[in-house]
Amino acid sequence: MSRLGTLAHNLYSGEVSYDFVGKRRRWYAISGVILLLALIGLFGRGLNLGIEFKGGSQFTVPSTTASVEQARASVEKSGVPGADAAIVTQVGTGKIRIQTPPLTPDQSAQVTRQLSTDLGVAQGDIGVQLVGPSWGGEITQRAVQGLIVFLVLVAVFLSAYFEWRLAIAALVALLHDLLITIGIYALTGFEVTPATVIGVLTILGFSLYDTVVVFDKVKENTRGITSGNRATYSEAANLALNQTLVRSINTSVVALLPVASILIIGVGFLGAGTLKDLALALFIGTAAGTYSSIFIATPVACQLQEQRPEMKALAARVAARRAGGEGKRSARKAAGGTGTATAVIDDVETDADAVDDSGGVTRESLTGGAAVPTGPRTQPKKNTTRSSRTKKR
Amino acid sequence: MAAPTQRHTAPGRTLAILAAFLVALGVWTFWGDPHTPKLGLDLRGGTQVILTPVADPGAGGTVTDDQLKQTVEIIRQRVDGLGVAESEVTTQGSGANASIIVSIPGTTNQQILDSLATTAKLDFRPVLADANGFATVTPSASPSVSGSPAPSASPSVSASTSVKPSASASVKPSDSATPTASPTASASGNGARLPRSVLGKATSASPSATPAVSPSATPSASPTAPAATAPITSVKGLPPIQSTANDAALQQAFADLDCAKTGATKGGPADPAKYLVTCSKDGQVKYLLDKAAVQGTEVTGATAGLSTSGVGGWEVNLTFSSTGATQFATVTGELAQKQPPQNQFGIVLDGLVESAPSVRQSIQGGNAVITGQFSPEEAKALANVLKYGSLPVTLAVSSVEQVSPTLGQDQLTAGLLAGALGLLLVIIYLVIYYRALGLVAVASLLVAAAITYGLFVVLGRQLGFALSLAGVAGAIVAIGITADSFVVYFERIRDEIREGRSLRAAGDAGWIRARRTILAADFVSFLAAVVLYFLSVGSVRGFAFTLGLTTLVDVAVAFAFTRPLVSLLMRTSFFNSGSHWSGLSPDRLGVKREVVPSSSTRLAKES
Repeated sequence: MSRLGTLAHNLYSGEVSYDFVGKRRRWYAISGVILLLALIGLFGRGLNLGIEFKGGSQFTVPSTTASVEQARASVEKSGVPGADAAIVTQVGTGKIRIQTPPLTPDQSAQVTRQLSTDLGVAQGDIGVQLVGPSWGGEITQRAVQGLIVFLVLVAVFLSAYFEWRLAIAALVALLHDLLITIGIYALTGFEVTPATVIGVLTILGFSLYDTVVVFDKVKENTRGITSGNRATYSEAANLALNQTLVRSINTSVVALLPVASILIIGVGFLGAGTLKDLALALFIGTAAGTYSSIFIATPVACQLQEQRPEMKALAARVAARRAGGEGKRSARKAAGGTGTATAVIDDVETDADAVDDSGGVTRESLTGGAAVPTGPRTQPKKNTTRSSRTKKR
Repeated sequence: MAAPTQRHTAPGRTLAILAAFLVALGVWTFWGDPHTPKLGLDLRGGTQVILTPVADPGAGGTVTDDQLKQTVEIIRQRVDGLGVAESEVTTQGSGANASIIVSIPGTTNQQILDSLATTAKLDFRPVLADANGFATVTPSASPSVSGSPAPSASPSVSASTSVKPSASASVKPSDSATPTASPTASASGNGARLPRSVLGKATSASPSATPAVSPSATPSASPTAPAATAPITSVKGLPPIQSTANDAALQQAFADLDCAKTGATKGGPADPAKYLVTCSKDGQVKYLLDKAAVQGTEVTGATAGLSTSGVGGWEVNLTFSSTGATQFATVTGELAQKQPPQNQFGIVLDGLVESAPSVRQSIQGGNAVITGQFSPEEAKALANVLKYGSLPVTLAVSSVEQVSPTLGQDQLTAGLLAGALGLLLVIIYLVIYYRALGLVAVASLLVAAAITYGLFVVLGRQLGFALSLAGVAGAIVAIGITADSFVVYFERIRDEIREGRSLRAAGDAGWIRARRTILAADFVSFLAAVVLYFLSVGSVRGFAFTLGLTTLVDVAVAFAFTRPLVSLLMRTSFFNSGSHWSGLSPDRLGVKREVVPSSSTRLAKES
């Protein structure tokens, strides 16, 4: 534990730094591949929609000793239309679930009676769900409406609270999470029910929670940054990411624990239904949300920010300063004056666009040693520790 | 960093206030009954039906809010009439996107489901007889009513310019200026011939005569629950009681009908070609009605407005199609010749009498005015009945979900189990990672859980909020979100310590920063919950509600409990000594001691 504490400290101080921003192309590539798979899944296989979306009838027979075959025979005996197309499955502890095409209330009563007789279960104990064919379209429409309204509101809020570039980055990360979650559903063929939709919509809040936490630190670290020449926006943001890394991990773990327990109980105890569907979507979404707030949201935000003239100017100044050998790292540069770690990464990659690292060059940056990345304008790097030990990732 | 004021807001006082609040909530929670949260149908068994309106193609494919309201009113009547405790009818959305959600606890039978979505009909039927709706009770109605000049509530129909505020209902042609005295108003007697709404009103409102006060024109003011058993069995055993002939059996059914019984005012489709025995909507009066004389579909318009005749008060204007106008002229002509109560016609919606105005003369031309002592609401309600009762919205059964009590119990158990497990895992993690500080988080979680539980109970009791399985899941998920706030705060404190602050200063400075983050992040969660709540239907809503509620609780707990508690603890020697178990010892945070001094610089640079 205390090793984790030390790591956290080193991350905070910048003694250990992972270059999330500089290596963004790598993360983009990884996400791109996953998203591509998600799209292939979505358009190739499509989603396995539950009866709430397709319309249909579902009967749940509680704890019974009857077999799936008996249940199927019973349904067919009831003689309702589509009975031969019934899907009969065993779920949870001895429950049997039967799904048929849409039935009228009368027909469903017929099935219930037949099941009750054949399987020896009281009629009142059989759960019934009938969904009209158009209902699914309606709830889908509302979910999409909700999604759009939410995105607009969030964009407005984040633009006001941070600024529009960060808002866009946060939304990009959010869509990334949504798409991955949906894609995983398509690829695995997990059933999509209204509970799944709830889960997916909740991811909205979750994914943004993480992102907001990180961005808050980014905002703090980059306050007044343009008046200095110590670090570029990307560097400051990357420091923020590292500083909040432990926090992100902790919030994610803490958020996932209850979700995981719903999943465990939902699958183990009930077998199927609301709890499982909800928790599964949440689990996937939250995991994706944690990933994206670190690897997608901030890098995208940096890219957008670096487009601004003042940020370009800043980057130029920083480069010039470093090139000019003026890299005396005075330790006491409390740039923001706020007493926070005002984002200073001492020896740095010169350029936010620096591509992927050729191996995390270690720089000696002892006391005053200006780590001036003059020529090799690349290396996103590990910041050095005073012992000049760079921890490689 | 911490503003002095910040430090001086006595943490002890905040905690005391919170404690007082908790005690109050606790008392409120456990004082009343029940003191457990109200459970949704999926947790205790029951049937939920979602009905969606289907626009009549002829009506341009739209469903107006008024139509919807009217439809819901009818459904509600039917459901109330079932007599199942805690049945509910709610609507969501508006217009063609609306859903009507009917929840009936326990096991239900097929007939009920069938009857729910049946289309309601409006028609006009001559009254053959009327009587006090409470068969057994002596109509204590009106001792004082008789005294006042015109306090009788019964509405009258007249053609447009009725002058006199006839307290009695009368029907007149539109140019009539006849001051109608109120024959039907002589309501004082007991027994069968009582004009309808006098009954209810005279007992409740002050009968002392300001005409404007008491009498309601629609006898239908207060929908009460109810039911009917009758010798002549109506369709599927529910009212209305109908017969093809006005025979002895029908008379007997009329005599036996007790509108105070459960189900009597439930309503239901009535065949226009049959005689009808039924109650007024409020159950105050029972009627024996003829076959329908005019069908509601012949009504082309109805509006409520202030009387144009200068006497003040509200009235309802009614227009008929040409067919309807002819039929209406005929029937009013006949009725005008008759003695009370047979000079009335009943406006029957879904098998229940909405209003039964008396008629003074034949009304030609298809325009009529119903006058009486209407309140604006009553007039509008009656106008809506007339307007939309005839153009009922067709309802489609979009979803039916029957959950057996056994399955409900299983789901509840699973939900509780998952919640307990989730809480346990989070507690273990927090304590291992944050040590003593973790205990603060655990205490905060427990406080949050207690508040949430209390709110569930109170909201269930006061607002009918029912906890569904999705809601339970929302609450479990909220454990994580709530704990996240503490994580954010604790990590901030640690950051401040790494900056070299003293423990106490770190607690304050960390809070100032964490506060912003927590508020921003929780705001986003809350936003998601609100949007979900307003744009979703069914179980999604329950989830959104719990999520939103718990987010608010999270903020409250973080501000009123966690923060003051940390503030107090930071003053203790246990934390200040940098104990290994405090969760904040510089050693464990990896801070090198020799580095600590300078406060505003990055430690790494220091040495």
